[in-house]
Amino acid sequence: MKISKAQVPYLLLFPGFAFLFTFFVLPIINLAQTSTQTPISGGDTGQYTQTFAFSNYIHAFTDNKDQFLRSFVYATLATILALAISYPLAYAIAFKSGKFKNILLVLVVAPFFTSFLLRTVAWKQILGEEGFVVPILRSLHIIGQQTTLTSTAFAVVTGMTYNFLPFMTLPLYASLERIDPRTIEASGDLYANGLTTFRRVTLPLSVPGVVAGTLLTFIPAAGDYVNASILGSPSTKMIGNVIESRYFKIVDYPTAAALSFTLMVAILILVTLYIRKAGTEELV
Amino acid sequence: MTRVVQDAPIPTIPFNARISRWFGRNVLRIYMIFGFTYLFIPVAYTFVFSFNDAGKSNLIWQSFTFRNWQNPCGAPEVCNALGNSIKIGFLATTIATILGTMIAFAIGRYQFKGRSSSNLLIFLPMATPEIVLGASLLSLFLLFKINPGFWPTVIAHVMFCISFVVVTVKARIASLDPKLEQAAMDLYANEFETFRRVTLPLVAPGIASAALLAFSLSFDDFIITNFNSGTLITFPKFVYVSAARGIPAQANVIGSSMFFLALTIVVVGQLVKGRKAR
Repeated sequence: MKISKAQVPYLLLFPGFAFLFTFFVLPIINLAQTSTQTPISGGDTGQYTQTFAFSNYIHAFTDNKDQFLRSFVYATLATILALAISYPLAYAIAFKSGKFKNILLVLVVAPFFTSFLLRTVAWKQILGEEGFVVPILRSLHIIGQQTTLTSTAFAVVTGMTYNFLPFMTLPLYASLERIDPRTIEASGDLYANGLTTFRRVTLPLSVPGVVAGTLLTFIPAAGDYVNASILGSPSTKMIGNVIESRYFKIVDYPTAAALSFTLMVAILILVTLYIRKAGTEELV
Repeated sequence: MTRVVQDAPIPTIPFNARISRWFGRNVLRIYMIFGFTYLFIPVAYTFVFSFNDAGKSNLIWQSFTFRNWQNPCGAPEVCNALGNSIKIGFLATTIATILGTMIAFAIGRYQFKGRSSSNLLIFLPMATPEIVLGASLLSLFLLFKINPGFWPTVIAHVMFCISFVVVTVKARIASLDPKLEQAAMDLYANEFETFRRVTLPLVAPGIASAALLAFSLSFDDFIITNFNSGTLITFPKFVYVSAARGIPAQANVIGSSMFFLALTIVVVGQLVKGRKAR
């Protein structure tokens, strides 16, 4: 059998897409189904039947709206902080580092080769009573003598900001690096000072990187539960912690599914709105 | 006529203005020093505490020892967990790189019906929080009475790695100069030969960095793994489980080694790339 040229792309796509369909699309459909099930009366724990109980969503949301809100607030804070930390860094590497560019780029990513979990545990030590941050802040009277940093929202957001930083830095760097230096020269030739050039030329041209970076940081941050459980306390629980415990400790699959589905849809809506607003469609 | 050359008076700049000018010129440099310090503090902590003679709980500094480095498998389960992570990482990377590269070629090289929806299918797993990916896949496995464990974890890792491979390889394909392939065709290479001798070698660095990315994503993944691995212990799971009572210093040894290993791979890769460019 001779393969015609028009068939080639489909043949190339087939194995990967069959895989994604089976292990990504089907599970999501199944998740939506599970989310409206209710327990079988008299059945064992973990046995559910489809009853199209959409009230599951109302219960899941009203019972956990604090955790939902917290997830979005923490993720937003972590994204803004990561942007504030990464932008000057990416800018400096792209424009001011000369021949050290590649080395600095490697150094920016290098810390993230140590395990995600180990990094989070390291922050627990750094912010803990035995770490160096607390004594410094206490002696400067920035925090009170009794105040601790671990098991607080501050620690959770710090951990999230740090852990998702490369997702912000790399797209920012990629978009800054792509800027034609002649556009910046042209701006200078037209008597714009450094700040005006940055505001009117560099910043607008780097918007695709800002959009990609903020999304790649916000999405994993909103669904994360590792930082909240290692660095936080019961009062900093995020929606990820709730889903995890519904699954493993309570074996309440419908609620867990309803929460997961709500989280996914909420993020997709936010992402779509955000991309529209930012005006860049060529993300992928 | 003789012209008298006069020395121009040296302008005196007030001290404060000089400081602020110096600061203005170096503000980015100062920022970089702070930025990199911030980035490396947790790494330094992990490294320093790998020399801690602390027994089981490694939260507080006790005394210096090389023992953890001499015996990295000294803590129970730690090397078993590491082995599982490496095995899963290799399998998932291989499968995801093959599947993802094929998709990248299809999307990057051909115009066909359904191309934009293909892009969407690649984007969606990256826009879905890990916990949703992990939880939904576990539900599917439970539905088909498949017990979570080694292979479900491999499948889960392939699933979330594919998109990253596609994006990385596609970017490399997009940056190729089409003239090189045209030249090969002009020199009477057929399509297959052109692909094998021109296109593939040019795309290879993209495939290599995609594979590295896939391996590091797989090796470091906790959330999706936690949902689909059942009783199987991977390295991140090992750290998470022991985090409450303090992780053994051997985990720090492994984490630091991973750091230096990855750094070496990247630096060597950069050197090879630099030499080729010359």
